[in-house]
Amino acid sequence: MPLIDLTGIERVFTLGDSEVHALRSLNLAIEAGEYVAIMGPSGSGKSTLLNLLGLLDRPNAGSYHLEGRDVTTLSADEQARVRSERIGFVFQSFHLVPRLTAEENIALPMTLAGIAAGERKTRVAQALKDFGLADRAGHRPDQLSGGQRQRVAIARATIMRPAVILADEPTGNLDRATGEEVMRLLEELNQGGVTLIVVTHDTVLGARARRQVAMEDGAKVRDES
Amino acid sequence: MKPADVLRFAAAAAAGYPLRTALMILAMSIGVAAVVVLTALGDGARRYVVNEFSSLGSNLVIVLPGRSGTGGFNPANAITNTTRDLTVGDAKALLRAPSVLRTAPITVGTSEATFNGKLRDVTVVGTTADYLAIRRMEVAQGRFLPDDAAQTASVAVIGAKIREELFGPEPALGQMLRVGDRRYRVIGILAQSGQGLGMNADEIVVIPVAAAQAMFNTNTLFRILVEARNRPAIEDARTEALEIIKARHGNEEDVTVITQDAILATFDRILSVLTLGVGGIAAISLAVAGILVMNVMLVAVTQRTGEIGLMKALGAPGNAIRNAFLTEATLLSISGAVFGYLIGEGGAFILRNLYPTLPAYPPNWAIFAAVGTAISTGLLFGVMPAQQAARLDAVQALSKK
Repeated sequence: MPLIDLTGIERVFTLGDSEVHALRSLNLAIEAGEYVAIMGPSGSGKSTLLNLLGLLDRPNAGSYHLEGRDVTTLSADEQARVRSERIGFVFQSFHLVPRLTAEENIALPMTLAGIAAGERKTRVAQALKDFGLADRAGHRPDQLSGGQRQRVAIARATIMRPAVILADEPTGNLDRATGEEVMRLLEELNQGGVTLIVVTHDTVLGARARRQVAMEDGAKVRDES
Repeated sequence: MKPADVLRFAAAAAAGYPLRTALMILAMSIGVAAVVVLTALGDGARRYVVNEFSSLGSNLVIVLPGRSGTGGFNPANAITNTTRDLTVGDAKALLRAPSVLRTAPITVGTSEATFNGKLRDVTVVGTTADYLAIRRMEVAQGRFLPDDAAQTASVAVIGAKIREELFGPEPALGQMLRVGDRRYRVIGILAQSGQGLGMNADEIVVIPVAAAQAMFNTNTLFRILVEARNRPAIEDARTEALEIIKARHGNEEDVTVITQDAILATFDRILSVLTLGVGGIAAISLAVAGILVMNVMLVAVTQRTGEIGLMKALGAPGNAIRNAFLTEATLLSISGAVFGYLIGEGGAFILRNLYPTLPAYPPNWAIFAAVGTAISTGLLFGVMPAQQAARLDAVQALSKK
């Protein structure tokens, strides 16, 4: 049974009186522990696909099974619960809450999930150590470098021990060396068993993945390992 | 999300925008402070008036000439409606009533008092010996009016201020004081008593009632003060007084008899309504502050759209986001209300220092109403922005910023 199973996905946006097919009859199956790069130029539908995979958006047609469960029919709150427990997001612009410290940003998913403060503290302390941020715990995002910010974001994405990490251009706002460092970090997590899906238009970055899915005009044009 | 976490999160969010939060709290606190200060002022005025009335003397029934209020059609009115004057005889007759302890006729007028070249306008009160006891006044030096039948003796009892201004350091007792075109021997000086319902007892000259009537060339009385035997007898004294005067005035009810309690209750009611009205006007500013809370929270939602998108991506259900924003609005309102209450109490304190005679304490109901209204308007007007935050589309929210 694949971790992610998309069949016949359609996503149509209405812009004025014209309809835009962001995704058309898409089939995709991803096994647990895979490292997949979804590539394509802007407007190819790769971001829409990522949003669908992250349950932030619903398809107009087709079905999405996550860990064998049909998640397209779930209510908004049930989807929120799935996001909280099974999916971790890493964004291009980090999306850290500016007024919270690194520590509090990492703890945010656990706070939202209602996990007790004591448990949060030990898990955050461990994450800070694992990601080399122990001496940055009390710093706010504007006191951190770009690489450190993205490491905080990755720590936050993994703190709930999700099954899959969805990374949207994770190196887009970083210089080459820092980007390399962040990618190594994500790949290490993948080696630890987490499914990693990276969306990028950068072919060099995409080439690092074991499997590449190329998109064009909302359709899958190439899928090779 | 645990309640404690919601609270901490909302507090941090409010603290994250200090200027916005400070302005918001200021607006809310002005509303609350306005209610507290204005109701303190209104209630202070009420207490002031009530105190003034109490200082008139207790168990008091007042008879005044003329009928106030309409009693429906009376055949007697068709023939005559002239009011008979109240006379000294009426005042004496009232003593026959079993519930009446003392009576004092009063004639009041203004005149000029001169002594040794110094001249001063004074209020002349013509009355009898019992006036002192009914008004609960005291004599500082000498004695009060003699208890004689004629009431025409040329003697005067003067207020403390008159004594000070006309006589200065010289002894006043036994001196001849000219009031109008007659001379009176000063036989007593009233103890200082301060205000008494518009008539300052320190600035009066008390002379026998017949002498005063002669001075003002009148036969009528301004009032008859009646003291009932005790508090429960006040109502009986009122009806008895009315009966006696009616019998003496050709069976026509041409006087009005009021009790101090009735006047007091009326003033109390009028001034309570006034306080309520003033408080209500001030409460409008609370509604304005409530709309401001809504405005500020809507701006906050727009400002933090990216953050809301993130929270959704991290698995926060809609109601967690709604609660966070609602809690923030409530926190702002509560701090505004508390701050405003303190400002209001401070304002009332300053008022009390500026006008020591005015007991300007905000009534308890006003404090509860103001703080309660502040918090509930904040909550009420916070609902809409919070709903809006909860309903934001995650994808669009995330792409913003």
